[in-house]
Amino acid sequence: MHIPDYPMPDARGRFGPYGGRYVPETLIPALEELEHAWNGLRGDPDFLAEFDAYLRDYAGRPSPLYFAENLTRAWGGARVYLKREDLNHTGAHKINNTLGQALIARRMGKKRVIAETGAGQHGVSVATVAALFGLEAVIYMGAEDVRRQALNVFRMELLGAEVRTVTSGTQTLKDATNEAIRDWVTNVENTFYILGSVVGPHPYPRLVRDLQSVIGLEIARQLEEAEGRRVPDAIVAAVGGGSNAIGAFAPFAYLPADRRPRLVGVEAAGEGLGSGRHAASIGAGRRGVLHGSYMYLLHDEDGQIQPAHSVSAGLDYPGVGPEHSHYADAGIAEYASVTDEEALEAFRFLSRAEGIIPALESAHAVAYAARLAPRMAPDEVLVINLSGRGDKDVNEVMRLLGKESR
Amino acid sequence: MSRITDSFSQARTEGRAAVVPYLTAGYPDPERYLDYATRLGQRADLLEIGLPYSDPLGDGPTIQHAGEVALRAGVRTHQVFELARELRARLGIPLLLMTYLNPVLAWGPERFFAAAAEAGLDGIILPDLPPDEDPKLVAEARAAGLDTVFLLAPTSTDERIATVARHTSGFVYTVSVTGVTGARSELPDLGPLLRRIRKATPLPVAIGFGISGRETARAAARVADGVVVGSALIRAIEEGRDPLTLLEEVREGARVE
Repeated sequence: MHIPDYPMPDARGRFGPYGGRYVPETLIPALEELEHAWNGLRGDPDFLAEFDAYLRDYAGRPSPLYFAENLTRAWGGARVYLKREDLNHTGAHKINNTLGQALIARRMGKKRVIAETGAGQHGVSVATVAALFGLEAVIYMGAEDVRRQALNVFRMELLGAEVRTVTSGTQTLKDATNEAIRDWVTNVENTFYILGSVVGPHPYPRLVRDLQSVIGLEIARQLEEAEGRRVPDAIVAAVGGGSNAIGAFAPFAYLPADRRPRLVGVEAAGEGLGSGRHAASIGAGRRGVLHGSYMYLLHDEDGQIQPAHSVSAGLDYPGVGPEHSHYADAGIAEYASVTDEEALEAFRFLSRAEGIIPALESAHAVAYAARLAPRMAPDEVLVINLSGRGDKDVNEVMRLLGKESR
Repeated sequence: MSRITDSFSQARTEGRAAVVPYLTAGYPDPERYLDYATRLGQRADLLEIGLPYSDPLGDGPTIQHAGEVALRAGVRTHQVFELARELRARLGIPLLLMTYLNPVLAWGPERFFAAAAEAGLDGIILPDLPPDEDPKLVAEARAAGLDTVFLLAPTSTDERIATVARHTSGFVYTVSVTGVTGARSELPDLGPLLRRIRKATPLPVAIGFGISGRETARAAARVADGVVVGSALIRAIEEGRDPLTLLEEVREGARVE
C-alpha cells in the first residue's frame, strides 16, 4: 500500500484549529519520538511491504467490496455496495490499525503495549497482534464495560493479555482511555500505547488515519474494477471516535469539491439528540479538549465531560476525531445521526435482506443509507462502510428485543 | 517580581524550601475544605487550589477520588472561585489554581482568567497544556495578571525545558517521577534534572508528585526551592487524620541547613 501524502495535519498536528497535543509534559518526548518514527516509516518500502503482507495473509485483506443487489432493489435508488470490513480477522476494521501500530512498536524496540477498549473490539484486536508478535499487552476497560462484555474480556485473556478494570469516573471508554494515558505517563520509557481511534494527541489522529486509509484506497481500486470508476457518489460510515469513517473518507476527502463524493459520517443519536442521552459530538457538542486533542466534544458549560450514550458500545465516546471536526466545519463531509431504535431496525433489516449481521456501529451507517439511497439516481453509486460484524452484539440485541433464548 | 516568586525568596531567607500544599477545592465538602485549607495555608508559603475535573488524566487515584467527591457535591467553577475568594480574605500567601485546560476553554480563557484574578488568585497551573500548544492563551493569562506555571518532567529534553521555561512565570513545577500524582515512599535522584533546568531559567523550581512526608520533602529540598504536597494530605483527610500534622513534617523536611 502507498499511503497518500495528505495535506493535513500541519507540522503541529493541526487540522485547521483541531488536534494538537494537550497532554502532560512527561509524554511530549514520547510523542515526538513516535511522530519521528512514523514520518520515516510511512514511506518506507520495507515497512509498507511488511504491513501489506500481514494485512493480506493475517487479516485477510483486501476485504471485498460487495454489490448488495437486494439492498439496491429494496431501496430503489443508488447502486449499493458494502465494504466488508466485517470479514477481517477479529471481525472489524480495528485490525488494520493494530497490526500497523504493533509493527511500529516492534521497530521501536518496545516490548510492552497498552490500550484502552470500550466494548472490547479494539482490546481484542490489540491482544491478537500482541500474541502474534510476542508482546506483553495490558488492556484498560471500564468496570461497566467489563460487566457488559464478559465474552470479550475472556477473549483478551485467552489471547494472553491482561485486562485491567477501571473503576474511576463513569467506568466506561473515556475513563479507560484516561487510565491508559496514566499508565503511559508512568511507563513511557518501555511502553507503546496502541490507541484505537483517530483521537488522542498528535501524531495519533494522523497515524491511525494513515493506517486505516487502506479501506478507502481499496474502495477506489475495487470500484474501478466493478464500475469503471474510482470515485463513488457517496460513502456512508458510522462515527464514534471516527477511525473506520476516516479510513473510508480520507483518500477522497481532499479531492477538489466537484470530484469529491458525498461523505456522510453517522453519529449515534442514542435515545434522541433532545434526550441528553446520545453520542453525537458534532451534531450536539461544542469544541473542547479531551484525551490530548481539540475537537467536538460533549461537555457542559463548565467543561466537565458528559457521558455519551449509544446502544452501540463502539460509538459510546464523548468526542470525535480532529480530522472529522475539521471536515464538518469545512463542509468536506456532512454528519448525520441515527437513534438506537433506527440502528436496531437496520440491524434486523440487513440480516434479512443480505444475510449479513452487521455490528451495531455499522448498523447506524446502514440506517442512514436507507434514507439516502432512495433519493439517489439508479446510475449513482453508494458505498456503506460495513466496519464490523454483529456476532458480538447478538446477545445484547436479543435482550433489547425482549427475546428469550429457547 | 511576582508575589509567587517573592514567596520563594522569603522562604529561603527563613531557611526553608517553600512549602506548597495542594487540596482539591470543595473536598471533602466546601466547609471542611475551607477549614483545612486555611490551617494548612497558615503554615505554608503558597497554596494550590485544585479545580475538580471529570477527566483528570495527570492524577493518581487519591486526587481522582477527591475530585469525584467534590463534583458529586456540586462544586463547579463558580464555587471554586468563591472558595478562592474566601481563602484570599483569610490568607496572605499567594494562591495558585491548578486546573485542566477544558474548564478554561469552556468559559473562554478571557472570562476564566478575569474571574480567577478577580477572586484573588496569583497564578494558574495547567498540567495538560504544553505551553507552546497555545501561546495566545498563556499571554491572556499573563494579561489578566496571573503567573503561568507549567510542568517539566524527568523525560523533558533540554529543548523542551527551554520552551516551557520561556512561557513560565512565578516558578517552574518539576515532576519528580514519570507518572501521575500520588504519594511515594522515595524519590529518584533529581540532581541532574535540576541542573539542566537551572541552566535554562533563573526562576525558582518546586518539586511535586510523590512527596509523602519528611524524608521525601528533604530529598526534594536538597535540590529545589519548593516542595509541593497534595495526595498525601488528601489521604490524611480521607483517613480521618489531621493533614496539618503531615504538613509540619514536610515543613521540617524542607528546612535547608
